Amino acid sequence: MQQLDLETQSLRDVNATLQAQEAQTNQTKWEILNPKGAHAIACGLDSEIDVTVQGATGYYCGGMNKHATIRVAGSVGPGVCENMMSGKVVVEGDASQYAGATGHGGLLVIKGNASSRCGISMKGIDIVVHGNIGHMSAFMAQSGSLVVCGDAGDALGDSIYEAQLFVRGSVASLGADCIEKEMRPEHMAKLAELLSAAECDADPSEFRRYGSARQLYNFDIDNAGAY
Amino acid sequence: MIAGKYFSIGKNIPSGGFSLDSIVTGARLRKKSNGANMCGIVGLFLKDKQMQPELGALLTDMLVTMSDRGPDSAGIAVYREAAKRCSKITVQSANPTADFADLQRDFDVDVDVEVIDTHAILTVPSDAVTEVLTQVEHKHPGLRLMSRGGAIEIYKEVGLPQSVADRFNIPELSGSHGIGHTRMATESAVTTLGAHPFSTGADQCLVHNGSLSNHNRLRRQLARQGTQVQTENDTEVAAAYLTHRMEKGDNLGEALEAGLNDLDGFYTFVVGTKNGFGVLRDPIACKPAVLAETDQYVAFGSEYRALVNLPGIAHANVWEPEPATVYFWSH
Repeated sequence: MQQLDLETQSLRDVNATLQAQEAQTNQTKWEILNPKGAHAIACGLDSEIDVTVQGATGYYCGGMNKHATIRVAGSVGPGVCENMMSGKVVVEGDASQYAGATGHGGLLVIKGNASSRCGISMKGIDIVVHGNIGHMSAFMAQSGSLVVCGDAGDALGDSIYEAQLFVRGSVASLGADCIEKEMRPEHMAKLAELLSAAECDADPSEFRRYGSARQLYNFDIDNAGAY
Repeated sequence: MIAGKYFSIGKNIPSGGFSLDSIVTGARLRKKSNGANMCGIVGLFLKDKQMQPELGALLTDMLVTMSDRGPDSAGIAVYREAAKRCSKITVQSANPTADFADLQRDFDVDVDVEVIDTHAILTVPSDAVTEVLTQVEHKHPGLRLMSRGGAIEIYKEVGLPQSVADRFNIPELSGSHGIGHTRMATESAVTTLGAHPFSTGADQCLVHNGSLSNHNRLRRQLARQGTQVQTENDTEVAAAYLTHRMEKGDNLGEALEAGLNDLDGFYTFVVGTKNGFGVLRDPIACKPAVLAETDQYVAFGSEYRALVNLPGIAHANVWEPEPATVYFWSH
Protein backbone atom coordinates (compact mmCIF):
# COMPACT_ATOMS: atom_id res chain seq x y z
CA MET A 1 0.00 0.00 0.00
CA GLN A 2 1.44 3.36 -1.09
CA GLN A 3 0.46 6.33 1.07
CA LEU A 4 -0.06 9.95 0.07
CA ASP A 5 -0.71 12.56 2.75
CA LEU A 6 -2.49 15.84 1.97
CA GLU A 7 -1.23 17.22 5.27
CA THR A 8 2.32 17.22 3.90
CA GLN A 9 1.89 16.99 0.11
CA SER A 10 0.12 19.36 -2.22
CA LEU A 11 -3.07 18.26 -3.95
CA ARG A 12 -1.35 18.79 -7.28
CA ASP A 13 1.50 16.44 -6.31
CA VAL A 14 -0.91 13.80 -5.02
CA ASN A 15 -2.99 13.84 -8.19
CA ALA A 16 0.09 13.97 -10.45
CA THR A 17 1.54 10.92 -8.68
CA LEU A 18 -1.65 8.94 -9.21
CA GLN A 19 -2.04 10.14 -12.79
CA ALA A 20 1.53 9.06 -13.60
CA GLN A 21 0.87 5.38 -12.85
CA GLU A 22 1.23 3.38 -16.03
CA ALA A 23 -1.39 0.84 -16.99
CA GLN A 24 1.10 -1.91 -16.11
CA THR A 25 2.18 -0.48 -12.75
CA ASN A 26 2.79 -2.91 -9.92
CA GLN A 27 1.94 -0.18 -7.38
CA THR A 28 -1.79 -0.72 -7.60
CA LYS A 29 -2.91 0.06 -4.02
CA TRP A 30 -2.92 3.67 -2.84
CA GLU A 31 -4.22 5.47 0.20
CA ILE A 32 -4.80 9.22 0.58
CA LEU A 33 -4.66 10.55 4.13
CA ASN A 34 -6.05 13.81 5.57
CA PRO A 35 -8.35 14.84 2.70
CA LYS A 36 -10.12 17.35 5.02
CA GLY A 37 -12.76 18.20 2.45
CA ALA A 38 -10.28 19.30 -0.24
CA HIS A 39 -11.50 19.69 -3.82
CA ALA A 40 -10.66 17.54 -6.86
CA ILE A 41 -9.00 14.66 -5.02
CA ALA A 42 -8.03 11.71 -7.26
CA CYS A 43 -9.18 13.42 -10.45
CA GLY A 44 -8.22 12.38 -13.97
CA LEU A 45 -6.91 8.92 -13.07
CA ASP A 46 -6.50 6.64 -16.08
CA SER A 47 -4.97 3.37 -14.94
CA GLU A 48 -6.32 0.36 -13.09
CA ILE A 49 -5.20 1.39 -9.65
CA ASP A 50 -7.10 1.15 -6.38
CA VAL A 51 -7.27 4.33 -4.32
CA THR A 52 -8.81 4.74 -0.86
CA VAL A 53 -9.43 8.26 0.46
CA GLN A 54 -9.44 8.21 4.27
CA GLY A 55 -12.01 10.87 5.11
CA ALA A 56 -14.46 13.35 3.62
CA THR A 57 -13.77 15.19 0.36
CA GLY A 58 -14.99 18.44 -1.21
CA TYR A 59 -16.03 19.20 -4.77
CA TYR A 60 -15.33 16.89 -7.75
CA CYS A 61 -13.63 13.92 -6.08
CA GLY A 62 -12.77 11.27 -8.69
CA GLY A 63 -13.72 13.53 -11.59
CA MET A 64 -13.13 12.21 -15.11
CA ASN A 65 -12.10 8.83 -13.71
CA LYS A 66 -11.04 6.15 -16.19
CA HIS A 67 -10.24 2.55 -15.12
CA ALA A 68 -9.39 3.35 -11.47
CA THR A 69 -11.30 2.13 -8.43
CA ILE A 70 -11.71 4.92 -5.86
CA ARG A 71 -13.19 4.36 -2.42
CA VAL A 72 -13.99 7.29 -0.13
CA ALA A 73 -14.18 6.37 3.55
CA GLY A 74 -16.36 9.39 4.29
CA SER A 75 -18.77 11.75 2.56
CA VAL A 76 -18.19 13.65 -0.67
CA GLY A 77 -19.01 17.20 -1.74
CA PRO A 78 -20.70 18.30 -4.97
CA GLY A 79 -19.95 16.63 -8.29
CA VAL A 80 -18.34 13.35 -7.22
CA CYS A 81 -16.86 11.53 -10.24
CA GLU A 82 -18.30 14.12 -12.59
CA ASN A 83 -17.88 12.96 -16.19
CA MET A 84 -16.51 9.54 -15.21
CA MET A 85 -15.56 7.42 -18.23
CA SER A 86 -15.05 4.01 -16.62
CA GLY A 87 -13.90 2.38 -13.39
CA LYS A 88 -15.65 2.44 -10.03
CA VAL A 89 -16.16 5.00 -7.30
CA VAL A 90 -17.57 3.93 -3.92
CA VAL A 91 -18.64 6.51 -1.33
CA GLU A 92 -19.11 5.07 2.15
CA GLY A 93 -20.97 8.17 3.40
CA ASP A 94 -23.31 10.70 1.76
CA ALA A 95 -22.88 12.61 -1.50
CA SER A 96 -23.75 16.25 -2.11
CA GLN A 97 -25.46 17.57 -5.23
CA TYR A 98 -24.94 16.42 -8.83
CA ALA A 99 -23.20 13.14 -8.00
CA GLY A 100 -22.10 11.37 -11.16
CA ALA A 101 -23.13 14.27 -13.39
CA THR A 102 -22.54 13.75 -17.14
CA GLY A 103 -20.83 10.38 -16.46
CA HIS A 104 -20.15 8.36 -19.61
CA GLY A 105 -19.42 5.00 -17.99
CA GLY A 106 -18.28 3.10 -14.93
CA LEU A 107 -20.10 2.55 -11.65
CA LEU A 108 -20.75 5.04 -8.84
CA VAL A 109 -21.91 3.58 -5.53
CA ILE A 110 -23.14 5.85 -2.74
CA LYS A 111 -23.76 3.93 0.47
CA GLY A 112 -25.48 6.84 2.23
CA ASN A 113 -27.82 9.41 0.69
CA ALA A 114 -27.27 11.60 -2.36
CA SER A 115 -28.73 15.09 -2.52
CA SER A 116 -30.23 16.99 -5.43
CA ARG A 117 -29.48 16.43 -9.12
CA CYS A 118 -27.92 13.00 -8.70
CA GLY A 119 -27.06 11.66 -12.17
CA ILE A 120 -27.93 14.89 -13.96
CA SER A 121 -27.24 14.57 -17.69
CA MET A 122 -25.80 11.07 -17.19
CA LYS A 123 -24.56 9.57 -20.43
CA GLY A 124 -23.88 5.91 -19.70
CA ILE A 125 -22.70 5.78 -16.09
CA ASP A 126 -24.42 3.41 -13.66
CA ILE A 127 -25.23 4.87 -10.24
CA VAL A 128 -26.43 2.88 -7.22
CA VAL A 129 -27.52 4.81 -4.12
CA HIS A 130 -28.16 2.73 -1.01
CA GLY A 131 -30.16 5.56 0.61
CA ASN A 132 -32.32 8.39 -0.75
CA ILE A 133 -31.77 10.94 -3.50
CA GLY A 134 -32.83 14.59 -3.70
CA HIS A 135 -34.87 16.59 -6.18
CA MET A 136 -34.21 16.92 -9.92
CA SER A 137 -32.22 13.70 -10.06
CA ALA A 138 -31.55 12.16 -13.49
CA PHE A 139 -32.52 15.47 -15.11
CA MET A 140 -31.95 15.10 -18.88
CA ALA A 141 -30.40 11.68 -18.25
CA GLN A 142 -29.39 10.21 -21.57
CA SER A 143 -28.22 6.65 -20.89
CA GLY A 144 -27.04 4.38 -18.10
CA SER A 145 -28.93 3.32 -14.97
CA LEU A 146 -29.76 5.05 -11.69
CA VAL A 147 -30.72 2.68 -8.86
CA VAL A 148 -32.16 4.12 -5.65
CA CYS A 149 -32.74 1.78 -2.71
CA GLY A 150 -34.51 4.49 -0.69
CA ASP A 151 -36.78 7.34 -1.80
CA ALA A 152 -36.44 9.83 -4.65
CA GLY A 153 -37.18 13.56 -4.34
CA ASP A 154 -39.25 15.82 -6.56
CA ALA A 155 -39.11 15.92 -10.36
CA LEU A 156 -37.31 12.62 -10.84
CA GLY A 157 -36.14 12.11 -14.42
CA ASP A 158 -37.31 15.47 -15.72
CA SER A 159 -36.77 15.69 -19.50
CA ILE A 160 -35.20 12.25 -19.44
CA TYR A 161 -33.88 10.59 -22.59
CA GLU A 162 -32.99 6.87 -22.47
CA ALA A 163 -31.52 6.30 -19.00
CA GLN A 164 -33.24 3.69 -16.85
CA LEU A 165 -34.29 4.54 -13.30
CA PHE A 166 -35.02 1.97 -10.59
CA VAL A 167 -36.46 3.13 -7.27
CA ARG A 168 -37.36 0.89 -4.33
CA GLY A 169 -39.03 3.51 -2.12
CA SER A 170 -41.34 6.41 -2.86
CA VAL A 171 -40.95 9.01 -5.59
CA ALA A 172 -42.03 12.49 -4.43
CA SER A 173 -42.94 13.42 -8.02
CA LEU A 174 -41.92 12.54 -11.56
CA GLY A 175 -40.51 15.23 -13.82
CA ALA A 176 -41.77 16.16 -17.28
CA ASP A 177 -41.90 13.19 -19.67
CA CYS A 178 -40.85 10.65 -17.02
CA ILE A 179 -43.23 7.73 -16.44
CA GLU A 180 -43.33 4.43 -14.64
CA LYS A 181 -42.54 1.53 -16.92
CA GLU A 182 -42.98 -2.21 -16.90
CA MET A 183 -40.28 -4.20 -15.12
CA ARG A 184 -39.43 -7.00 -17.55
CA PRO A 185 -37.07 -9.95 -16.88
CA GLU A 186 -34.16 -8.24 -18.64
CA HIS A 187 -34.56 -5.22 -16.36
CA MET A 188 -34.68 -7.47 -13.30
CA ALA A 189 -31.48 -9.19 -14.43
CA LYS A 190 -29.73 -5.88 -15.07
CA LEU A 191 -30.84 -4.54 -11.69
CA ALA A 192 -29.64 -7.68 -9.86
CA GLU A 193 -26.26 -7.31 -11.52
CA LEU A 194 -25.96 -3.65 -10.52
CA LEU A 195 -27.01 -4.29 -6.91
CA SER A 196 -24.48 -7.07 -6.61
CA ALA A 197 -21.69 -4.90 -8.04
CA ALA A 198 -22.73 -2.16 -5.58
CA GLU A 199 -22.39 -4.37 -2.49
CA CYS A 200 -26.13 -4.06 -1.88
CA ASP A 201 -28.39 -6.92 -0.82
CA ALA A 202 -31.71 -5.27 -1.75
CA ASP A 203 -34.25 -7.51 -3.49
CA PRO A 204 -34.68 -6.51 -7.18
CA SER A 205 -38.36 -7.46 -7.09
CA GLU A 206 -39.08 -4.57 -4.70
CA PHE A 207 -38.08 -1.90 -7.25
CA ARG A 208 -40.13 0.01 -9.79
CA ARG A 209 -38.75 1.16 -13.11
CA TYR A 210 -39.10 4.66 -14.57
CA GLY A 211 -38.05 6.07 -17.91
CA SER A 212 -38.92 8.37 -20.76
CA ALA A 213 -42.39 8.66 -22.27
CA ARG A 214 -40.52 9.92 -25.37
CA GLN A 215 -43.07 12.68 -25.90
CA LEU A 216 -40.72 15.57 -25.26
CA TYR A 217 -37.54 15.01 -27.20
CA ASN A 218 -38.92 13.74 -30.50
CA PHE A 219 -39.94 16.23 -33.14
CA ASP A 220 -43.69 16.17 -33.52
CA ILE A 221 -45.16 17.41 -36.81
CA ASP A 222 -48.15 18.83 -34.91
CA ASN A 223 -45.78 21.29 -33.24
CA ALA A 224 -44.23 22.52 -36.51
CA GLY A 225 -45.97 25.86 -36.12
CA ALA A 226 -44.05 26.58 -32.96
CA TYR A 227 -40.67 26.59 -34.72
CA MET B 1 -32.87 24.71 24.00
CA ILE B 2 -34.93 24.15 20.87
CA ALA B 3 -33.02 21.85 18.59
CA GLY B 4 -33.14 20.48 15.10
CA LYS B 5 -35.46 20.97 12.22
CA TYR B 6 -37.98 23.67 12.98
CA PHE B 7 -40.52 22.92 10.31
CA SER B 8 -40.56 21.87 6.71
CA ILE B 9 -42.20 23.52 3.74
CA GLY B 10 -43.42 21.66 0.66
CA LYS B 11 -40.81 21.58 -2.04
CA ASN B 12 -42.48 23.36 -4.93
CA ILE B 13 -39.79 23.73 -7.54
CA PRO B 14 -40.04 27.05 -9.39
CA SER B 15 -39.69 26.72 -13.14
CA GLY B 16 -36.94 28.36 -15.06
CA GLY B 17 -34.25 28.87 -12.46
CA PHE B 18 -31.14 26.76 -12.76
CA SER B 19 -27.45 27.41 -12.52
CA LEU B 20 -25.77 24.24 -13.65
CA ASP B 21 -25.34 25.64 -17.14
CA SER B 22 -21.76 24.40 -17.26
CA ILE B 23 -22.89 20.82 -17.46
CA VAL B 24 -26.36 20.97 -18.92
CA THR B 25 -27.22 22.60 -22.18
CA GLY B 26 -30.26 22.45 -24.37
CA ALA B 27 -33.16 24.45 -25.60
CA ARG B 28 -35.45 23.05 -22.95
CA LEU B 29 -33.47 24.63 -20.17
CA ARG B 30 -34.35 28.24 -19.52
CA LYS B 31 -31.29 29.68 -17.87
CA LYS B 32 -31.38 32.27 -15.13
CA SER B 33 -27.80 32.30 -14.02
CA ASN B 34 -26.00 35.19 -12.41
CA GLY B 35 -22.63 33.72 -13.22
CA ALA B 36 -20.26 31.99 -10.86
CA ASN B 37 -21.74 33.52 -7.75
CA MET B 38 -19.96 31.83 -4.90
CA CYS B 39 -19.49 33.49 -1.49
CA GLY B 40 -18.53 31.55 1.60
CA ILE B 41 -20.57 31.35 4.78
CA VAL B 42 -19.66 29.98 8.19
CA GLY B 43 -21.61 29.96 11.42
CA LEU B 44 -21.10 28.65 14.91
CA PHE B 45 -23.76 28.38 17.60
CA LEU B 46 -22.31 27.25 20.91
CA LYS B 47 -24.32 25.07 23.27
CA ASP B 48 -21.37 24.59 25.60
CA LYS B 49 -20.68 27.84 27.49
CA GLN B 50 -17.11 26.75 28.18
CA MET B 51 -16.37 27.11 24.47
CA GLN B 52 -17.40 30.79 24.39
CA PRO B 53 -13.86 32.20 24.77
CA GLU B 54 -12.89 30.27 21.61
CA LEU B 55 -15.72 31.59 19.42
CA GLY B 56 -13.71 34.25 17.58
CA ALA B 57 -10.74 31.99 16.94
CA LEU B 58 -12.89 29.10 15.67
CA LEU B 59 -14.97 31.38 13.43
CA THR B 60 -11.86 33.03 12.02
CA ASP B 61 -10.30 29.68 11.15
CA MET B 62 -13.54 28.57 9.48
CA LEU B 63 -13.89 31.79 7.48
CA VAL B 64 -10.25 31.92 6.37
CA THR B 65 -10.68 28.38 4.98
CA MET B 66 -13.50 29.75 2.81
CA SER B 67 -11.39 32.65 1.44
CA ASP B 68 -11.27 31.29 -2.11
CA ARG B 69 -15.07 31.36 -2.31
CA GLY B 70 -15.06 35.16 -2.14
CA PRO B 71 -12.09 37.54 -2.20
CA ASP B 72 -13.94 40.88 -2.25
CA SER B 73 -14.94 41.60 1.32
CA ALA B 74 -15.48 39.79 4.57
CA GLY B 75 -17.46 40.25 7.73
CA ILE B 76 -18.30 38.64 11.03
CA ALA B 77 -21.20 39.09 13.43
CA VAL B 78 -20.49 38.07 17.00
CA TYR B 79 -23.07 37.83 19.76
CA ARG B 80 -21.79 38.59 23.25
CA GLU B 81 -23.99 39.96 25.94
CA ALA B 82 -23.59 43.65 26.82
CA ALA B 83 -23.43 44.81 30.44
CA LYS B 84 -26.74 44.83 32.32
CA ARG B 85 -29.27 47.37 31.04
CA CYS B 86 -26.87 48.33 28.24
CA SER B 87 -26.99 47.96 24.48
CA LYS B 88 -24.30 48.14 21.83
CA ILE B 89 -24.23 50.16 18.63
CA THR B 90 -21.54 49.27 16.06
CA VAL B 91 -20.62 52.11 13.67
CA GLN B 92 -18.08 52.28 10.87
CA SER B 93 -16.22 55.23 9.39
CA ALA B 94 -14.17 55.80 6.25
CA ASN B 95 -12.18 58.40 8.27
CA PRO B 96 -11.96 56.85 11.71
CA THR B 97 -9.22 59.16 13.05
CA ALA B 98 -11.29 62.27 12.51
CA ASP B 99 -14.73 60.80 13.10
CA PHE B 100 -13.97 58.89 16.29
CA ALA B 101 -11.69 61.50 17.94
CA ASP B 102 -14.37 63.36 19.91
CA LEU B 103 -17.16 60.86 19.60
CA GLN B 104 -17.51 60.13 23.30
CA ARG B 105 -18.06 63.80 24.21
CA ASP B 106 -20.74 64.35 21.57
CA PHE B 107 -23.58 62.57 23.31
CA ASP B 108 -25.99 63.88 25.91
CA VAL B 109 -26.05 60.50 27.65
CA ASP B 110 -23.24 58.40 29.06
CA VAL B 111 -21.74 56.49 26.12
CA ASP B 112 -18.69 54.26 26.28
CA VAL B 113 -16.76 54.23 22.99
CA GLU B 114 -14.39 51.41 22.03
CA VAL B 115 -12.59 52.12 18.75
CA ILE B 116 -11.34 49.13 16.77
CA ASP B 117 -9.75 50.18 13.46
CA THR B 118 -12.56 51.56 11.26
CA HIS B 119 -15.28 50.47 13.68
CA ALA B 120 -16.43 51.76 17.04
CA ILE B 121 -18.62 49.97 19.55
CA LEU B 122 -20.80 52.41 21.47
CA THR B 123 -22.12 50.96 24.71
CA VAL B 124 -25.19 52.93 25.76
CA PRO B 125 -27.99 52.59 28.31
CA SER B 126 -30.67 50.42 26.65
CA ASP B 127 -33.32 53.10 27.09
CA ALA B 128 -31.15 55.66 25.24
CA VAL B 129 -30.47 53.71 22.04
CA THR B 130 -32.91 55.67 19.89
CA GLU B 131 -31.63 58.98 21.26
CA VAL B 132 -28.00 58.05 20.55
CA LEU B 133 -28.84 56.81 17.06
CA THR B 134 -30.55 60.13 16.31
CA GLN B 135 -27.54 62.05 17.60
CA VAL B 136 -25.18 59.90 15.48
CA GLU B 137 -27.29 60.61 12.42
CA HIS B 138 -27.30 64.38 12.97
CA LYS B 139 -23.84 65.04 14.37
CA HIS B 140 -21.88 62.35 12.51
CA PRO B 141 -23.41 61.83 9.06
CA GLY B 142 -20.20 60.09 7.94
CA LEU B 143 -20.75 57.18 10.31
CA ARG B 144 -22.44 54.04 8.99
CA LEU B 145 -24.55 51.92 11.29
CA MET B 146 -23.40 48.28 11.26
CA SER B 147 -25.61 46.88 14.02
CA ARG B 148 -27.43 47.59 17.25
CA GLY B 149 -28.71 45.40 20.03
CA GLY B 150 -28.08 43.81 23.37
CA ALA B 151 -25.47 41.36 22.12
CA ILE B 152 -24.59 41.81 18.43
CA GLU B 153 -21.38 43.37 17.06
CA ILE B 154 -20.64 43.41 13.32
CA TYR B 155 -17.21 43.90 11.80
CA LYS B 156 -16.90 44.02 8.02
CA GLU B 157 -14.54 45.53 5.49
CA VAL B 158 -13.28 45.12 1.95
CA GLY B 159 -10.50 42.53 1.79
CA LEU B 160 -9.78 38.89 2.51
CA PRO B 161 -11.08 37.20 5.68
CA GLN B 162 -7.61 36.98 7.24
CA SER B 163 -6.98 40.71 6.89
CA VAL B 164 -10.43 41.60 8.22
CA ALA B 165 -10.00 39.21 11.17
CA ASP B 166 -6.56 40.68 11.93
CA ARG B 167 -7.76 44.28 11.76
CA PHE B 168 -10.53 43.69 14.26
CA ASN B 169 -8.83 41.08 16.48
CA ILE B 170 -11.69 38.69 15.76
CA PRO B 171 -9.79 35.64 17.14
CA GLU B 172 -9.79 37.30 20.56
CA LEU B 173 -13.58 37.71 20.70
CA SER B 174 -15.66 35.51 22.92
CA GLY B 175 -19.37 35.03 22.45
CA SER B 176 -22.34 32.68 22.35
CA HIS B 177 -22.71 32.48 18.56
CA GLY B 178 -21.41 34.12 15.43
CA ILE B 179 -21.73 34.21 11.65
CA GLY B 180 -19.07 34.97 9.05
CA HIS B 181 -19.18 35.69 5.33
CA THR B 182 -16.67 36.17 2.56
CA ARG B 183 -18.09 37.80 -0.55
CA MET B 184 -17.81 37.42 -4.28
CA ALA B 185 -19.88 40.39 -5.35
CA THR B 186 -22.52 40.17 -8.08
CA GLU B 187 -25.47 42.35 -7.13
CA SER B 188 -23.86 45.53 -5.84
CA ALA B 189 -20.47 47.23 -5.56
CA VAL B 190 -17.49 45.98 -3.56
CA THR B 191 -17.74 48.36 -0.60
CA THR B 192 -17.86 48.09 3.16
CA LEU B 193 -21.60 48.67 3.10
CA GLY B 194 -22.03 45.97 0.46
CA ALA B 195 -20.25 43.42 2.65
CA HIS B 196 -22.16 40.92 4.75
CA PRO B 197 -23.52 40.41 7.42
CA PHE B 198 -26.42 42.82 7.06
CA SER B 199 -28.30 43.94 10.11
CA THR B 200 -31.64 45.70 9.75
CA GLY B 201 -33.11 45.18 13.21
CA ALA B 202 -31.95 44.93 16.79
CA ASP B 203 -29.68 41.91 17.27
CA GLN B 204 -30.63 40.55 13.84
CA CYS B 205 -28.22 39.71 11.06
CA LEU B 206 -28.29 37.87 7.76
CA VAL B 207 -25.64 36.51 5.41
CA HIS B 208 -26.37 35.19 1.96
CA ASN B 209 -24.84 33.09 -0.76
CA GLY B 210 -26.79 33.56 -3.96
CA SER B 211 -28.65 36.33 -5.70
CA LEU B 212 -32.20 37.61 -5.47
CA SER B 213 -34.03 38.62 -8.62
CA ASN B 214 -36.96 40.54 -7.14
CA HIS B 215 -35.06 42.73 -4.67
CA ASN B 216 -35.80 46.02 -6.43
CA ARG B 217 -39.55 45.53 -6.28
CA LEU B 218 -39.35 44.24 -2.74
CA ARG B 219 -37.21 47.24 -1.73
CA ARG B 220 -39.89 49.61 -3.04
CA GLN B 221 -42.67 47.64 -1.32
CA LEU B 222 -40.80 47.74 1.99
CA ALA B 223 -40.10 51.47 1.59
CA ARG B 224 -43.84 52.14 1.10
CA GLN B 225 -44.43 50.32 4.37
CA GLY B 226 -41.81 52.40 6.16
CA THR B 227 -38.81 50.03 6.12
CA GLN B 228 -35.77 51.65 4.51
CA VAL B 229 -32.47 50.01 3.52
CA GLN B 230 -29.08 51.72 3.14
CA THR B 231 -27.73 50.12 -0.04
CA GLU B 232 -28.55 48.74 -3.49
CA ASN B 233 -27.67 45.27 -2.26
CA ASP B 234 -30.12 42.35 -2.67
CA THR B 235 -29.18 40.70 0.64
CA GLU B 236 -29.95 43.81 2.65
CA VAL B 237 -33.48 43.72 1.22
CA ALA B 238 -33.86 40.11 2.40
CA ALA B 239 -32.64 41.14 5.86
CA ALA B 240 -35.06 44.08 5.93
CA TYR B 241 -37.86 41.81 4.77
CA LEU B 242 -37.28 39.44 7.69
CA THR B 243 -37.03 42.35 10.13
CA HIS B 244 -40.29 43.76 8.73
CA ARG B 245 -42.04 40.40 9.19
CA MET B 246 -40.75 40.06 12.74
CA GLU B 247 -41.90 43.60 13.58
CA LYS B 248 -45.36 42.50 12.42
CA GLY B 249 -45.29 39.63 14.93
CA ASP B 250 -43.64 36.71 13.15
CA ASN B 251 -40.96 34.76 14.95
CA LEU B 252 -37.80 34.05 12.91
CA GLY B 253 -39.10 30.67 11.75
CA GLU B 254 -42.37 32.17 10.48
CA ALA B 255 -40.53 35.05 8.78
CA LEU B 256 -38.22 32.62 6.98
CA GLU B 257 -41.20 30.51 5.94
CA ALA B 258 -42.89 33.57 4.45
CA GLY B 259 -39.62 34.36 2.65
CA LEU B 260 -39.94 31.13 0.67
CA ASN B 261 -42.91 32.70 -1.12
CA ASP B 262 -41.75 36.30 -1.31
CA LEU B 263 -38.03 36.06 -2.07
CA ASP B 264 -37.31 34.99 -5.65
CA GLY B 265 -33.85 33.79 -6.54
CA PHE B 266 -31.05 31.67 -5.24
CA TYR B 267 -30.15 31.71 -1.61
CA THR B 268 -28.56 29.95 1.24
CA PHE B 269 -29.24 32.20 4.22
CA VAL B 270 -27.76 32.01 7.69
CA VAL B 271 -29.55 34.23 10.18
CA GLY B 272 -28.65 35.31 13.70
CA THR B 273 -30.84 36.70 16.44
CA LYS B 274 -29.97 37.52 20.05
CA ASN B 275 -30.54 33.94 21.15
CA GLY B 276 -30.97 32.08 17.89
CA PHE B 277 -29.34 30.77 14.77
CA GLY B 278 -31.21 29.78 11.60
CA VAL B 279 -30.51 28.33 8.15
CA LEU B 280 -32.68 28.38 5.03
CA ARG B 281 -31.99 27.27 1.45
CA ASP B 282 -34.20 28.05 -1.54
CA PRO B 283 -36.19 25.21 -3.14
CA ILE B 284 -33.63 24.73 -5.95
CA ALA B 285 -30.78 24.57 -3.41
CA CYS B 286 -27.86 25.10 -5.80
CA LYS B 287 -25.90 27.04 -3.21
CA PRO B 288 -23.93 24.65 -1.04
CA ALA B 289 -24.50 24.13 2.68
CA VAL B 290 -23.27 21.71 5.33
CA LEU B 291 -24.47 21.54 8.94
CA ALA B 292 -22.73 19.74 11.80
CA GLU B 293 -24.04 19.21 15.30
CA THR B 294 -22.48 17.86 18.47
CA ASP B 295 -23.39 18.21 22.15
CA GLN B 296 -21.19 21.32 22.22
CA TYR B 297 -22.22 23.24 19.10
CA VAL B 298 -24.08 23.60 15.82
CA ALA B 299 -21.82 24.63 12.95
CA PHE B 300 -22.56 25.77 9.40
CA GLY B 301 -20.17 25.85 6.46
CA SER B 302 -20.60 26.45 2.75
CA GLU B 303 -18.32 23.44 2.49
CA TYR B 304 -17.22 20.68 4.85
CA ARG B 305 -13.69 22.08 4.52
CA ALA B 306 -14.72 24.95 6.81
CA LEU B 307 -15.60 22.55 9.62
CA VAL B 308 -12.63 20.18 9.67
CA ASN B 309 -10.75 21.85 12.52
CA LEU B 310 -13.70 22.06 14.92
CA PRO B 311 -13.30 19.96 18.09
CA GLY B 312 -15.08 16.62 17.85
CA ILE B 313 -16.01 17.04 14.18
CA ALA B 314 -15.01 13.44 13.42
CA HIS B 315 -17.93 12.25 15.55
CA ALA B 316 -20.38 15.09 14.76
CA ASN B 317 -23.69 14.54 13.02
CA VAL B 318 -22.94 16.11 9.62
CA TRP B 319 -25.62 16.65 6.98
CA GLU B 320 -26.70 18.80 4.07
CA PRO B 321 -29.74 20.93 4.96
CA GLU B 322 -32.84 20.15 2.88
CA PRO B 323 -34.15 22.66 0.35
CA ALA B 324 -37.02 24.94 1.44
CA THR B 325 -36.68 23.78 5.02
CA VAL B 326 -36.20 26.10 7.98
CA TYR B 327 -33.60 25.04 10.54
CA PHE B 328 -33.44 26.99 13.78
CA TRP B 329 -31.71 26.64 17.11
CA SER B 330 -32.01 28.90 20.13
CA HIS B 331 -30.59 29.19 23.61
